[in-house]
Parts: sequence; structure tokens; C-alpha cells
Amino acid sequence: METLDFQFASAPVSRSAHAALCGVVGSGNLEILVQAGDQPATCQVSIKTSARGFGATWQAVLGSFAASHPAGGTRIDINDMGATPAVVSLRLAQALAEYRGGEQ
Amino acid sequence: MSLALVARKSWFEATARARLGGLLDAGSLQEILPPGAAQPSPHLAALDLPGAFDDGVVIGRATLAGRPVLFAAQEGQFMGGAVGEIHGAKIVGLLRRAVQEKPAAVLFLIDSGGVRLHEANAGLIAISEIMRAVLDARAAGVPVLALVGGSCGAFGGMGIVAKLCSAILISEEGRLALSGPEVIETVAGVEEFDSKDRALVWRVTGGKHRYLMGDCAALVEDDIAAFRAGASEFVATWQEPLPSVANLRATQQRLENRLAAYATCRDGLQVWAALGVAQPEAVPLLDRDSLVALKEGLPT
Repeated sequence: METLDFQFASAPVSRSAHAALCGVVGSGNLEILVQAGDQPATCQVSIKTSARGFGATWQAVLGSFAASHPAGGTRIDINDMGATPAVVSLRLAQALAEYRGGEQ
Repeated sequence: MSLALVARKSWFEATARARLGGLLDAGSLQEILPPGAAQPSPHLAALDLPGAFDDGVVIGRATLAGRPVLFAAQEGQFMGGAVGEIHGAKIVGLLRRAVQEKPAAVLFLIDSGGVRLHEANAGLIAISEIMRAVLDARAAGVPVLALVGGSCGAFGGMGIVAKLCSAILISEEGRLALSGPEVIETVAGVEEFDSKDRALVWRVTGGKHRYLMGDCAALVEDDIAAFRAGASEFVATWQEPLPSVANLRATQQRLENRLAAYATCRDGLQVWAALGVAQPEAVPLLDRDSLVALKEGLPT
């Protein structure tokens, strides 16, 4: 297992009272928990992944997400079991949409 | 594709949280120890494996058709729904709460291969505590309904737990047994049981077989709405019987009779023929309603 921590500058998202959870820690899948963070223009991400050595890929996928979505002021925790970058991107968008109060 | 098929939401394919969303009254679900509130498994972390925020089980309270219920839903996609220390402690705590709160029922959405082997003795102890807690809840007059229709079925220790519940609601896709097919093949050889023969696995452990044998109270379609309808009916009508030695003796006798009648059978097909089914080979292709009609017409 590898633990990775990142911080990205991101446009602030409106604060939500409830956390959002998406996905399941199954083969090729991951779960994402989005909660309110303490820095309004920063997206803090912490990842536990079974696949070692993909730090640069995570940074690229998460950086692209933080640049294209308003994710500032969130703390995102991820448990990963080998999800591909495409699955990670979809789940991140889904989790943020749920955090913002939209159904899916 | 027919409209009915489009509208159907498969229980088998859904996650634990999606099942709960369709099973319980909309907006009534209150999770106990939601993700972030409980610690993930320390044993998996020690083995350098990522855990899940809820350790693979969602517990809480809700209403079902207006009646208060407690629920526990196992997530089969996380480590095969296997029971670890925290996973088990959440279920045990919920069942103990049921003894205090006396809800109309506890709904136990089982989807598990049994003990989480990574957690060894902690997992085994957790399963034994769940067994005791199920019986304590029932002795306190709270019915515990097992709902079995997930991809992992109910095997190993969770197979025993399912049978300790007041009743089991199962779908054709659901499976219920003690040792799983691959365990039997590993221990006793492929001549004894071919775990790759999926049709055989379902003829021996699947929902239709369990329903025909009288192991499950009801057979429902693989549809979240059908599980909701079945569970609502159970909660509205079930009276938990007082524990009685006479009932236990009668059950023991029934099991001995079953062993004597079917011990030499090698396949569900043979069991169904012995049960009095005229065309056993047609059973796997019957739809749910036809199978229920078939069972009702069987000699008892």
C-alpha cells in the first residue's frame, strides 16, 4: 500500500453540511469521501492505494480535476484498489456533484 | 426489452448503499457510524492493504412502510463482504441496540463469504458474537430478517448466521450454504464438487433450491422493489415465536429426516425429483411465479 498526500489550488465550492461518499473499494474501483476542509481555496487530497508507484499519475489526474472543478475548501479521502485514471476522474466528478447536493 | 425489465433495479448488481436506498422509505435512512466516524480496519492496515471507510458494512435505522427498523447491509464488492473485527462489531452493536429499542425488525442484508481471513481470530470471534447477538435479539422478541441476493451470497459463518435469523428472503441469484463451492473442491477434489460448473453451484446452493427445500421463507425477483415488497410483508405479519425446546427438537428431527432422504443425492436435480417435482430439469428455467406455484403444489 502507498499513502499519498496532495494539495491543489481550486476555486471555492459552497460549503456543505454533509459528507459525500462514492464508490466501493473493490478490484479496479475506489471509494471517495468528500468533506469540508479548512482552507477555502485549497483541495486537500489523501490517498491510500494498493498500487504502488503511481504518484505522478495521481498528481496529474487530481490536478486536472482541481483545475476544472470548483473543489476548494474540501478534504478528499480516497481508498483505492487499482482504479484506472478514467474511473478516478468519473468518481471524483460524481463525489463532488453529490457533495454539492446534486443527486449523482 | 420490455418496460418491466427497464424499470427493474437489480439487487444482485447494486452496492449495499444502493440496495438500502431502494429498500427503505425514502428520506428515512439514518446511518450509525457513517464514513469518517469509525476507524477503518487496523488489521488490513497492518497487512498494508487499503481498508474501506465503513469496513464493508452500513448500519443504521430507518422506516420500512412506516414501521421503525434497524438495518445492517454488507458490501459484497469490498473483500467479498467478509467479516472483520470492526465490521462485526458494528453488526453486534446494532443487534444489541435492537434489544433495547425494540424496532419492528432488524433487516440484515447479507452479502458475504464469511470470515475475513486476513483478520483470523478477530474475524472468527466477530462471527460468533454476531450469532449470539442475533439469537439475543430474537429472544427479546425482535425479528431478524435475512435478505440474500448479492453476488457473494451467504457462505461460511454468514451462512450459519442467515439460518439463525427469523426468516430468509432470497432471490434466484442468491446463494446460501456453509462451505463455498471452491472450498469444497479444494478440500475434497473436483470429483466431489466442480466449482467451475456454475449451473451445478446454483442447483445446489441457489435461491430456487433453497426455497424448494423450505430453507427460505420467500423467493423474490432480483429486483430491489421486490425485496422491499417482501420485507414489508414480513415486517407487517411476522410474529416472533417464543424460544422453545419442542420447536428445536422438531427442527432437529426435520433435519435428520432430510439427511436420511437426500444424503446420497449428487445434484439438485436428484433432490427435486425426490421432492416430487415431475420435471426437475425444467426448474432452472422457471420464472419466479411458476416456481412458487410449483412448490405450493408439491406433496408435503
